[in-house]
Amino acid sequence: MLSEILSIGFLTSLLAGTIRLATPILMPALGQIYTQRAGILNLGVEGTMLMASIIGFATVASGGGLWMGFLVGILAGAIFSLLMAWLSVTLRVNQVIAGIGMNVLATGLAAYVYRLLFGIRALPAKITSFQAVDLPGLSDIPCIGTVFFQHNVLVYLAFALVPFTWFVLEKTMFGLKIKMVGEHPRAADSKGISVTWIRYAAIVIGGAYAGAGGVFMTIAYLNMFTESVIGGFGYIAVSVVIFGRFDPYKAMSGALLFGFASALQVRLQALGSGIPSQLLLMLPYLMTIAALIFASKKAEFPSAYAIPYSRMER
Amino acid sequence: MASLAVKMRGITKVFNGVNANDHVDFDLRKGSIHGLLGENGAGKTTLMNVLYGLYQPEEGTIAINGRTAEISSPTKAIALGIGMVHQHFMLARPLTVVENVMLSRKSRRGIFLDTKETARELRELSDRYRMGIDPYSKIWQLSVGEQQRVEILSAIYLGAEILILDEPTAVLTPQETEIFFDTLREMRDDGKSIILITHKLEEILSIVDEVTVLRLGKLIGAKAVDETITKDDLTRMMVGREVLFHFPPLTRDPGDIRFRLDGISAMNDKGLVALKDFSLELREGEIVGLAGVDGNGQKELCEVMTGLRPSVAGKMTLDGEDVTNHEPAFYIQKRISHIPEDRHATGLALNWSLKNNLILKSFARPPINRNHLVQTKKVEENWLQAEKDYQILAIDGDEQVRCLSGGNQQKVILARELNCEPSVLIANQPTRGLDVGAAEYVRTRIINARNRGCACFVVSADLEEILQLSDRIAVIYGGRLMGILPRGSDPLEIGALMMGKGLEEKLEERELEQQNIH
Repeated sequence: MLSEILSIGFLTSLLAGTIRLATPILMPALGQIYTQRAGILNLGVEGTMLMASIIGFATVASGGGLWMGFLVGILAGAIFSLLMAWLSVTLRVNQVIAGIGMNVLATGLAAYVYRLLFGIRALPAKITSFQAVDLPGLSDIPCIGTVFFQHNVLVYLAFALVPFTWFVLEKTMFGLKIKMVGEHPRAADSKGISVTWIRYAAIVIGGAYAGAGGVFMTIAYLNMFTESVIGGFGYIAVSVVIFGRFDPYKAMSGALLFGFASALQVRLQALGSGIPSQLLLMLPYLMTIAALIFASKKAEFPSAYAIPYSRMER
Repeated sequence: MASLAVKMRGITKVFNGVNANDHVDFDLRKGSIHGLLGENGAGKTTLMNVLYGLYQPEEGTIAINGRTAEISSPTKAIALGIGMVHQHFMLARPLTVVENVMLSRKSRRGIFLDTKETARELRELSDRYRMGIDPYSKIWQLSVGEQQRVEILSAIYLGAEILILDEPTAVLTPQETEIFFDTLREMRDDGKSIILITHKLEEILSIVDEVTVLRLGKLIGAKAVDETITKDDLTRMMVGREVLFHFPPLTRDPGDIRFRLDGISAMNDKGLVALKDFSLELREGEIVGLAGVDGNGQKELCEVMTGLRPSVAGKMTLDGEDVTNHEPAFYIQKRISHIPEDRHATGLALNWSLKNNLILKSFARPPINRNHLVQTKKVEENWLQAEKDYQILAIDGDEQVRCLSGGNQQKVILARELNCEPSVLIANQPTRGLDVGAAEYVRTRIINARNRGCACFVVSADLEEILQLSDRIAVIYGGRLMGILPRGSDPLEIGALMMGKGLEEKLEERELEQQNIH
């Protein structure tokens, strides 16, 4: 058993799986950095990802092509998160409740859409998903090639978004405005920045990223849709943002950590380690709790975190 | 009158049915410093927020430099050359100075930040007015005075010719205030027009060219400030009557010892010693003032006395009964009232109605509570009585306490704490942040409580207040009692004790004692 775990083959497969499974956490987490930095806690990421996963999948299944499916998934995420923006910014409802409401809605709606489009069937509908791209030269390097250079294109895209997100937040006016709105909305308002629009934008961008992560699950990781396809990745993404203290690079390490836990869990099950599979399945979620307990104490939340803004209130 | 920088006419602004501004006129001459004077809640800040585009007035017109202007947003105001420095700074603490400034205008590099150029220009401007601000410091690293300079620098950098300053000296030490006034004079000489919102009379007399006085949202008058204007004139305009600056001395002799602290020690929130071997007696019908610089254990002392913090050593007795380390409810039952230092954090439930705040301590007992139900009628009666007795300005008592001015909030606390005929009153900074009229009112109430036989303990960092109120003056430094002085003691002597004079000798004495014991 131990020798199997320590074998090179197992390790490379584990690390490659880590990167692949980190992707659907990394994408929504990067998006939530915009959202949370602007002072909005969007727990509806989970539902947003689920909606994107079914709509993107349906697009591909109806012959729209993989890239079209990916874009439609992003769009679906952005549109679904508009609901969160409307609830939390315009109506100023409690963000935790709004987010949970969104997830309940998405659970029902996604199942409904799936049955509407595909009917009730014995075997789930399947598509041909994004395939791994072999980078000439690099993919052939032993071990390293397997770990880093035999993924599908969306995985590379997700990791490319890390420096991009950092750049937007640190080097552009838009990023600065997001931080200001999350830190001191009244000050932003008094400087002529529209708190409403910046927060809407930050939520919708977060939704688009979440959409990308959601559709990744159905058209690039699996090749089918199930109602539990997201399986808590949205919630984990929200906690990865806090774990990473709202920084894209730290969030990336957080996503890799959870990707590792998920990949390990899958492989230990396959090995037949004797540990009950239910316990192994809990591994990533237990890690979420542990990581949050340690990290959230250190995290400096934006001052206006989860607080609706109104100009009239003192 | 050709050179008016700002001309506001008939400005009316309504909040929740109350006129915060009621047909107010306001003129600002170019190149002058103009004082806007009034008590808290007089509508000064509201009027300036209208000028800065944060509020839209229900009625009235504004002209900037002789041209009528519709100021629908702060962006418009900035474009018109109006800058405002708020009482609570509009700065994001984790960001740098230059980042805070860059937010206010378009970047020269399009969607990317122009950090380097902006920082260089800020440094030049800072040097010109000798402000000493490093554009790359994070806001949280700066002192309050520096943060204020950042705000002013930022406004000027954005091209402000008309500068609105909301209570700028409230956060400054006397030395900082002097430097700050010099900067203001320099800016005026550069042709800028400055509005100074304040309720401090000394400031009006020392720096302002003209003054406009508001009271309860209405314009009382505007005049030029010269030698003929006195503090009393301004007070009368501001408060509408004479204000007592001196209180009558003690009229009755204090009675028996009511509350006794014997060698109390306690820790602060960080687990460090905050109170060390503190002993004090409060007698029936006397006011003991506790003088001391903020943060020398006053807060911990008041908390120990009301059960909010455990003492680690020593003993407290009330009328001879041991009352050390009980739950807060116990002290409430023993009619020990507490006016806490921070009325927002511990004094009030800000999102609750006035009525509910008034029954916070009595809701569990008759007459408010009968058969485990809160008697709405009694709550209503209680509110009406308090409104009348304490002159609380409110609509109907159902609005949130948050909506009231600081003075009215303090009246709500007073009403709650004094209504139960307290046997001991512990007042920590009871007049902090209040204007002259409201502060006078609070002090009068405390004296009345004393005259009814209550043992009063007043903590204040304001030595003036201590001298006015106290029958005896205790001084605290570093969590230790430095001494107790009689009424009418020399302020210099108290000041010296507040700075810890004599502590070393005391410690040496104690060491000698202990050596003798061993």
